[in-house]
Amino acid sequence: MSTTFETVANIIAETCDIPRENITPESHAIDDLGIDSLDFLDIAFAIDKAFGIKLPLESWTQEVNEGKATTEQYFVLKNLCARIDELIAAKTA
Amino acid sequence: MRLEYFQMVDKVLALDLEARTLKTANIVPDQSPIFEGHFPGHPLLPGVLLFEIMAQTCGMLLLRLHNYDRMAFLASVDKGKLRTFVTPGQTIEVHAEMVHDGSGFARLKAAGQIEGKLVCNAEVTLKTMPFPAPELRGYLLQTAERIGMPMGAPADVGSAAPASAGNLTNV
Repeated sequence: MSTTFETVANIIAETCDIPRENITPESHAIDDLGIDSLDFLDIAFAIDKAFGIKLPLESWTQEVNEGKATTEQYFVLKNLCARIDELIAAKTA
Repeated sequence: MRLEYFQMVDKVLALDLEARTLKTANIVPDQSPIFEGHFPGHPLLPGVLLFEIMAQTCGMLLLRLHNYDRMAFLASVDKGKLRTFVTPGQTIEVHAEMVHDGSGFARLKAAGQIEGKLVCNAEVTLKTMPFPAPELRGYLLQTAERIGMPMGAPADVGSAAPASAGNLTNV
């Protein structure tokens, strides 16, 4: 998780020009960091490449829009990193 | 190229489904109202249309890779460069390459050449989603047929002459 978070935080800092020290595991990518959907595509692209996975952004967005999930579940960074770790584990299983 | 209808891609030159690349030919018309304003006495294809040509080639590649089950919309153009003037009558060959096909988006690289000389290049991000209207999918399938997009399975698609567009007109 910590390694995943460091990688994700560095990607966000570089992609969105956000000071690294402002990015914590509790940060909400949208509400706290002000990342919009287009910027998040760049982040998703970098995460996909860094971890060799495919973030299911489309289904996450659909779940949120349909009220089946909250944005916190996917866009608070510690939760995002947990999802990434799950995807990595599923890939190597 | 029919500029007024934003029909930028004229012909598929090569499609490689395994390498996820597409090469198209795009002929700048000799005459267009656009050249009356851009610019009087010095007609140039507007740079934004060079980006559109690259974006449409990327889009045609993406749609083909997804067998026309989703529409692609331009989301961003990064590292775009316009390297020289493009004038009426010239043919731009655009090479598009899939870099990453993500969930609901894709990142591609595109480059345009005229007679072997690089004239423009960019990284293109496309958002993908189900077709918002059935007639749009029909239009894109007609476009694929018009430009000679090979529609066979990977083994049937070489870099030679495009194969038949199959039963596109029945869709």
